[in-house]
Amino acid sequence: MKRAKIKSIPYEEFKDNETYEKLVEELNAGGANVIVRKLDDLIDWGRSNSLWPLTFATSCCGIEFMAVCAARYDIARFGFEVTRNSPRQADVILVCGTITTKMAPVLRRLYDQMADPKYVVAIGGCSVSGGPFTKSYHVLNGVDKIIPVDVYVPGCPPRPESFLYGMMQLQRIVKVENFFGTTNRKEKDPFKAEAERKGEEIYKEEELA
Amino acid sequence: MSEELKPQAAAPQAAAKPAAPRAAAAKPAAPAKPAVNELKPTVVEPAALRAELVRLHDKEGMDFLLNLTGEDWMDEGLGVVYQLENTADGKQACVKCVCPDRENPMLPSVCDLWDIAHTYEREVYDFYGIVFTNHPDMRRLFMREDWVGYPFRKDDKTEEENPLRMTNEPLSDFTTEYSLHEDGTVEKVEHRVWDKDDYVVNIGPQHPSTHGVLHFRVALEGERIRKIDPHLGYIHRGVEKISEQMTYPQTLALTDRLDYLGAMQNRHALCMCIEQAMGVEVSDRVQVIRTIMDELQRIDSHILFFSCLCQDLGATTAFLYGFRDREKILDIFEETCGGRLILNYNTIGGVMADIHPNFVKRVKEFIPYMRKNIQEYHDIFTGNVIFQNRSKGVGVLTKEQVISFGCTGGTGRASGWHNDLRKLRPYAAYDRVQFNEVVRTEGDSFARYMIRLDEILESLNIIEQLIDNIPEGNFQEKMKPIIKLPVGTFYSEVEGSRGRFGVFIESKGDKSPYRLHYRSTGLPLVAVMDTVCRGNMLADLITIGGTVDYVVPDVDR
Repeated sequence: MKRAKIKSIPYEEFKDNETYEKLVEELNAGGANVIVRKLDDLIDWGRSNSLWPLTFATSCCGIEFMAVCAARYDIARFGFEVTRNSPRQADVILVCGTITTKMAPVLRRLYDQMADPKYVVAIGGCSVSGGPFTKSYHVLNGVDKIIPVDVYVPGCPPRPESFLYGMMQLQRIVKVENFFGTTNRKEKDPFKAEAERKGEEIYKEEELA
Repeated sequence: MSEELKPQAAAPQAAAKPAAPRAAAAKPAAPAKPAVNELKPTVVEPAALRAELVRLHDKEGMDFLLNLTGEDWMDEGLGVVYQLENTADGKQACVKCVCPDRENPMLPSVCDLWDIAHTYEREVYDFYGIVFTNHPDMRRLFMREDWVGYPFRKDDKTEEENPLRMTNEPLSDFTTEYSLHEDGTVEKVEHRVWDKDDYVVNIGPQHPSTHGVLHFRVALEGERIRKIDPHLGYIHRGVEKISEQMTYPQTLALTDRLDYLGAMQNRHALCMCIEQAMGVEVSDRVQVIRTIMDELQRIDSHILFFSCLCQDLGATTAFLYGFRDREKILDIFEETCGGRLILNYNTIGGVMADIHPNFVKRVKEFIPYMRKNIQEYHDIFTGNVIFQNRSKGVGVLTKEQVISFGCTGGTGRASGWHNDLRKLRPYAAYDRVQFNEVVRTEGDSFARYMIRLDEILESLNIIEQLIDNIPEGNFQEKMKPIIKLPVGTFYSEVEGSRGRFGVFIESKGDKSPYRLHYRSTGLPLVAVMDTVCRGNMLADLITIGGTVDYVVPDVDR
């Protein structure tokens, strides 16, 4: 199995390696060509070390994001410092803060405007699950209801260290992705995949035609 | 538990009404005097409301509409509570008006008397559906235009009628006025928000320089701004409504998340309101600790103001300088409170934990360090010609305008309005320290900027006077496990980082508030943006917005 190497943290010290290994297994389910894989490694190395975040902050976590960008925590050490104001130029959207139901279509549109490959990190309790505002009539309980989330960073707001840990998790994900040969992040139809796994028979489009 | 609390709950009423002295006598330990922060509103009929408010405005000089709270009293009807202040002598008045008709509640508008009423009345309309007649712009303020119902009404069933809508938000170019004729009939008139040939540009909700998710629709004439229509509600979290289902200690948690750069002060205001309503006196030690923490928070907020303003204008180095110093304050906070940004430190009757043994030493090291660094800020940014040209004489507000719009804090003081609550009505330990109220008269962006930097020095002075004599005492009074407030309406306020932050509680004697309303410091600051920006360049919108210094989650609540 391929393991992403992160300079700052040894593989064993990541808290949750099981989920990660499962993800890697899924990605490599079809097997990988040796030569293509080497090219992939090169591209993934470049991409994972220059993830450009979108400056997107709705509330408190945004201030912590600024603190992470500033001198003491210095996000530039990991290559994330090029914050982009336009979603067209960004690789990753850090959802910092509460997303209200009024903001939800705006966030969705921002996500749609980003170019592939794109990633989402849910920062803070509010974007993970609604946080302290779960019972509110105007708050979306978790951004994963409207956009796919790659990494969740809990906290209210998360400490800068958690930010960085979350970003390194994202780097690990980027480092195992396949660039050549397969389409990135294309999910199989879950209904068909489930049937295939169980060995059940379903009507396929080819047969119907 | 409720048995024990009853005499205490009845005590403030007992003092107000001499008919019931028995309740006060039953438990002498309970405070016999009414709560210091209890509001005694004059109740006015809807027909006489307008005349009464005009009288207060014209005859008694109530030129500052401090707060406007909408309320739902179930069977009695819907209504509003006006809190007014005379800025010359500090006298206050409170007027309450109940509208018994729940189907078509209507009250006269007063937006011609106070400019801020324009925004406040839209807020009440949005939450309660009370229509203000003769208000030229009766649109929703926070909710989407296709929102069904009025969320703050006690009988509203929001969730069934309002599923998550992923469609793009409808934004009408039309607005409605309900004009009241002399014969009592109401006519619905449509107005255009924009003229037919207006060139309208959208700024936000996703824009790095609006300091949060704020949406401005700006009509331009060449490069000059002709009109701004602020569009709010992208971070409206319904804090006031969800607080109605929470117990008092639970409501505390949400205050820090309103204006996260005034977390200490916001929570201080709510704790103070509840303590004063219950008649609890906190120890001297707590008062001093709270004062020091409030001032540290103010410095933190002003440093962030400086950093963000510089960043918005392209001075990245200054941004890094600001954050370097801000981390020092966060270290002090973290050691005592455990949190960096959201601190959860004040509690009802005290503070969460005693100050850390290193606290005094750290603060004493910080004071000279910060004094030295302020000079660095001036060297790197204040004297910059580009900044001076973009801020001096730009975005001028007069004293009359800031009072009419209720722009408290540094924005008001930059226009010559003495509104510092720490001087007007000292609370906590502010009566025992010497400091100057920083006031300027220019009213432009540069004055607003300089006010904040000078206030950092004043805050350092306050901390310096207190840090060596923190009195001994309890850091937390013993409170009952279930906290209930006596029946009544209570209002307390503090000088927050960007103005007067007030807490309005109406209690029915339960363990959760019947109505909890925050006087947002930011809402007047956003409301004034149209006035302050007119005639200025579009690029200066960023400078002006930066120096006016609003925090959007505090605006939307």
